[in-house]
Amino acid sequence: MIWETIRLALTTITRNALRSFLTVLGVVIGVAAVIAMVTVGQGSSEQVSADVGSLGTDLLILRPGARMLGPGTRDSAPAFKLSDVDALRDLSVLSAVAPVVSTSQTAVFGSSNRTTTVTGTTSDYLTIGNWDIERGRGFSNIEDRSGANVCIIGETVRTALFGSTDPTGETIRIKSISCEVIGYLIAKGAGTFGQDQDDIVMMPIKTVQRRLEGNQDVASISMQLAPGISTARAIFEIDTLMQERRRIELGEENDFSVSDMKEIASMLNSVNAVLTGLLSSVAAVSLLVGGIGIMNIMLVSVTERTREIGIRLSVGAQAHQVLAQFLIEAVVLSLIGGVIGILIGLGLALLAARIMAIPFVPSGWVIVLAFGFSALVGVIFGYFPARRAAQLDPIEALRHQ
Amino acid sequence: MCAQPIIELHGITRSYGAGEALVKALDGVDLTISTGEFVAIMGPSGSGKSTAMNIIGCLDRPTAGQYRFNRVEVAALDQDQRALLRRHYLGFVFQGFNLLPRTTALENVELPLIYKGLPKSERGARAREALRRVGLEGREDHTPSQLSGGQQQRVAIARALAGEPMVMLADEPTGNLDTARSNEIMQLLQRLNREEGLTIVMVTHEEDMARYASRLVVFTDGRILRDAPVAAEGAA
Repeated sequence: MIWETIRLALTTITRNALRSFLTVLGVVIGVAAVIAMVTVGQGSSEQVSADVGSLGTDLLILRPGARMLGPGTRDSAPAFKLSDVDALRDLSVLSAVAPVVSTSQTAVFGSSNRTTTVTGTTSDYLTIGNWDIERGRGFSNIEDRSGANVCIIGETVRTALFGSTDPTGETIRIKSISCEVIGYLIAKGAGTFGQDQDDIVMMPIKTVQRRLEGNQDVASISMQLAPGISTARAIFEIDTLMQERRRIELGEENDFSVSDMKEIASMLNSVNAVLTGLLSSVAAVSLLVGGIGIMNIMLVSVTERTREIGIRLSVGAQAHQVLAQFLIEAVVLSLIGGVIGILIGLGLALLAARIMAIPFVPSGWVIVLAFGFSALVGVIFGYFPARRAAQLDPIEALRHQ
Repeated sequence: MCAQPIIELHGITRSYGAGEALVKALDGVDLTISTGEFVAIMGPSGSGKSTAMNIIGCLDRPTAGQYRFNRVEVAALDQDQRALLRRHYLGFVFQGFNLLPRTTALENVELPLIYKGLPKSERGARAREALRRVGLEGREDHTPSQLSGGQQQRVAIARALAGEPMVMLADEPTGNLDTARSNEIMQLLQRLNREEGLTIVMVTHEEDMARYASRLVVFTDGRILRDAPVAAEGAA
C-alpha cells in the first residue's frame, strides 16, 4: 500500500511537472544554499590548515598589546623599537627576526599607479615569510641599516605598473620618495584571508619609518624558530626578554603577545566557522520559505482534487489513507527538491572551490542532514493540507465541481 | 435465489440545522431491500431521495432511527469502519461519472481494488474482466476525456463491479446522458441484476428509467409515498 501510494505521488508529481518544479524550487534553493555554504566553509578551513602548514609551524609573531584574537592592537601599548629586534636576534632559540611596519601607499610609475601595502622590513623577512625573488636581489645589509631608497615589488604591483616589462632598475615614486626597484617576487597567490599577498612593496624598515611614517615604531616582529626548538620554549624566552625590556613587574599583565601559526590557524578556523554558520542559517531560512511554498501548493492541490478525494472515499478509502496519500506526496516532492538541491549545492561548491582555489570537501553528514531536513519540511508542511483532505466530507467532496 | 433483507431502514430521520431553521430531509422512513432486488427511488427534488441514498451508502449518518446493512447496525460503526463497509460491500455509480481525470479506464476500475489491497497482477485481471462485463474491451487505456458519456458511465459501472459488491448504488446514473445512451446503461444494469443477481438501488427522476427496475419507491417530503413492484415486464 505504501509503495502504491509513493507510485501514485510520483505519477501526480510528474503529471504536473512544471508546477511541481516551481513548488520545490524553494526547497531546492534552500538545500543548495546550505550545502554550498557548508562545503565551501569546510574547504576554506582545510585551506587554512594547508596554508599554515606551508608557512611552517616555525613562524612566531610578536605584537604589542595583550593577547587577543584578530589583527590590530586593543590598547595603547607602546610599539616596539629596532633595539627590541636586535635584542631578539641575540636569542639562540630564534634563527631569524624581522621587524614589520605596514602602511597603505600609492606607488606611481610613469602614468600608472597602484595603491598597495608598503611593508618596511629587513631581508630576513623574505626568509621567514618563504618569499622567493623571481628576478633581481634582496636588500643588502647596508641598505637595511642605512634605509636606502630601494624596494622589492610583488607580482600584482609589477603587473599594474610595468605590465610585462622588466621593472628592475626602474624608479617608482611612493609619496615623496623615489625608490629603485631592485627585484620582484615570485607570485604567492591569495592568502589565508583571501587577500592578495602579491599586492606588496617591500622597503627597508628605516626608509619607511623615516620617510613615510615619521617615527621609530616597529608594529610587529616576525620570528623564525631555530631548528629543534619547541614553540613553548621560544615563547617563554621571548616573554622573559620582553618583560624585562618593557619593565613589566611580576604578576602584571604583559603588554605584548606572541602568537604562533597554530593559534592563528585556530583563530581563522573559528572565524570561518562563525561565518559558515551564519550563512548556513540564512540559507536555512530559505528552506523554511520553501516549506511554506510546498504547503501552499498542497493546499491548492487538495482544493483542486476535492472530487478525487470524494471518489477515493466513496470506493472505501479511509481517512488515514487519504492523509497518507497527501502527506507522502508532500514528502516525495520535498525529497525530490532535496536531491536536486544537494546536486546543485555540490555543483556550486565545486565551482566556488575552483574559483577560490580551495579544496572541494563534500561531507556526508551535511548531505544526510539536508536530505533528512527536506523530508522533515515535507512532513511538517504537508501535514496540514493532508489533514484537511482527510477530513473532507465525502458527500460534499463528490458534489464539488 | 433465496432473498433475504440486506438493507433495513427503520424510522430513519435526517435533519439539518436546529430550532426554527430545522429541516427534516427524511422523516421516519422505513424501507427494507432484499438481495436480488432492483429498486428505483423516485421523487421530486428535495423529497429526500438523495439523502436516503447517501445514508444507504454510508456516506451520511441518520439523525435518528436504525439502519442495518447485512444485519450490522451501521450507526454503531465509526468513520473507518463505514469506509471498510463501502470498500467491501458497496459499489457507487454517480450522475457525473466521477472518474479520475487523466487516468486510464483500467486504472479507474482498479482504484477500489487498490484499497482492497489486491496485488497488481490480480487487480489488472479483475479490472479487465469488469470492463469486459460492461462491454468496453479494448478501451482499457483510454482516459475519460477520450470516451463518450455513455462509455464513461460504463467505466464507472465497471469500477463499481470490480470490487464485487453486495449492493450497487446508482445516483441518477443516466442524468447526464441522452435517451439512447440512457437506455443502453439501463439495459446493462438490468442485465447485471437479472443475470448476475446483483442488488441495485437507483435514484432517478425519469419514469422511463425507473421502468427497468423491479420495484419503485416514491419519496415526497422526506417520507415514502408509494412502494410497489414495477408492473411492466420487470416482475419475475
